[in-house]
Amino acid sequence: MYTKRNLLNALMMGVFSLAAVIAVVPLFAVLGYVLKNGLTSLNLAFFTELPGMMGVGGGMANAIIGTLIVVALASVMGIPIGILAAIYLSEYDRRSWFSTLVRFTSDVLTGIPSIIVGIVVYAAIVVRTKHFSAFSGGVALAVIMIPSVIRATEEMLRLVPHTIREAGDALGIPKWRTILSIVLPTAAKGILTGALLAVARISGETAPLLFTALGNLYYAHSLNEPIATLPLNIYFYAISPYDQWHKQAWAGALVLVFIVIVLNVVARLAFRTRMGKN
Amino acid sequence: MGNLSVRNLEAWYGAQKALLGITAEIPEKQVTAIIGPSGCGKSTFIRCLNRMHDTLPGAKVSGDILLDGKSIYDQHPVFLRKTVGMVFQKPNPFPSMSIYENVVAGLRLNGERRKAKLRAAAEKSLRMAALWDEVHDRLNYSGVSLSGGQQQRLCIARALAVEPSVLLMDEPASALDPIATQRIEELVTALKKTYTIVIVTHNMQQAARIADFTAFFLNGELVEFGPTSEIFTKPKDKRTEDYITGRFG
Ligand SMILES: Nc1ncnc2c1ncn2[C@@H]1O[C@H](COP(=O)(O)OP(=O)(O)O)[C@@H](O)[C@H]1O
Ligand SMILES: [Mg+2]
Repeated sequence: MYTKRNLLNALMMGVFSLAAVIAVVPLFAVLGYVLKNGLTSLNLAFFTELPGMMGVGGGMANAIIGTLIVVALASVMGIPIGILAAIYLSEYDRRSWFSTLVRFTSDVLTGIPSIIVGIVVYAAIVVRTKHFSAFSGGVALAVIMIPSVIRATEEMLRLVPHTIREAGDALGIPKWRTILSIVLPTAAKGILTGALLAVARISGETAPLLFTALGNLYYAHSLNEPIATLPLNIYFYAISPYDQWHKQAWAGALVLVFIVIVLNVVARLAFRTRMGKN
Repeated sequence: MGNLSVRNLEAWYGAQKALLGITAEIPEKQVTAIIGPSGCGKSTFIRCLNRMHDTLPGAKVSGDILLDGKSIYDQHPVFLRKTVGMVFQKPNPFPSMSIYENVVAGLRLNGERRKAKLRAAAEKSLRMAALWDEVHDRLNYSGVSLSGGQQQRLCIARALAVEPSVLLMDEPASALDPIATQRIEELVTALKKTYTIVIVTHNMQQAARIADFTAFFLNGELVEFGPTSEIFTKPKDKRTEDYITGRFG
């Protein structure tokens, strides 16, 4: 009886471990494959040159900068709106139908395929302004990141003990001041982590940029022009008929994966560092 | 400065009545202890004194409280709380701030920018809270790096920095060890030269040691209020006598 139970235990643990291994295999396969194919096509020109005509030579300098611009644009819009909305939900209105609606909408929006956000922004901005643009791409990515910033921030604000807010009230500090200078800094690390993870997530978004940022073989000179981004370039290069571009798509993928991993690592480190002394 | 006159004060949480008409004169620059069994309304009472009660959602008060002759309800609660400071049961320094920033938070976040003024206020308050000698060489350390007793004195210094005339304390030593408790008690006795102190305690020996006046609450009612020595040696009410002799509560 005893040995049978032991055997079952071992068997079940084997099944769980196997599942865990299977779960990480694709991750390492992706990393390994991207690394293998990307490294061989990565060179200085990739970072400094514009795309070559008809798939010869050149690089993705414009797409790398374009990704930074569009993601920065989205962050500048999405992070403040997300944090301020979370402050509203956590500090001013925890229970009304309106805050329930905001929370519910955020959750739904998180689950909506990002291409749909792209279509809506296309209809709302691109069609109206009659041109594709870096700006519309930034808006699409901002819309995608806002819900996760809201939920992450609200969760972090709720972890701040109520007694901290009471102490602020009891000192005769106005409520908005207590929130901005006491509650928010107390939750800062967690909020920063949430924001960075949201940035990492939108850095790789392709679909919503297809009909907003569109892509560009050259540098964009203003936010009103179409702009190249890494995910878009990877997509276009990968479906192109040129071998050289296929290689560059791998290089682009490697750079993008690197950016996302760095953002994730920084986000986790930010959460861990002690803010104690200052 | 710091004389509180409570007139027929009633307080509710939603439909539940927590204070049943309290009338009391709390003299300035004295220590007044609030005693009574758990749930009798001690916290509710002192949270009425700085309007932390009636600003809760769903909470309500009636009656009046006069501070030096003027109704506290004629003032914006944010302003009142600069005159009526509060220290809580659990030390609650601001975790994102250094010791120094904690002490001057009430001044700085109300617009005081002058460095010299803030420095002076920090030193003065920390000295009054008997914490200066322990922390003067590490004012930049996090407030939460201190021991529990030091944190509570930091919270007292933080409350004193805004120069209130009344200091409310809700069981300020109940989360502390006996030595830290003794330091808080000594501090209360020293502070009454400058401040009116209202202190909630569930510890009757503590009330007897530090309070000039004692108020005994029971089920939302103020049963008896008078000089501490009279409350403890010849209580007028049977219920007070039962409580202090340990027959209930
Ligand atoms: N936030 C609250 N909401 C509803 N009822 C409360 C709240 N706080 C206290 N009460 C009730 O009010 C009464 C008095 O509580 P309290 O003033 O905290 O008592 P004490 O400090 O003497 O232990 C108790 O019956 C308690 O249950
Ligand atoms: Mg209490």
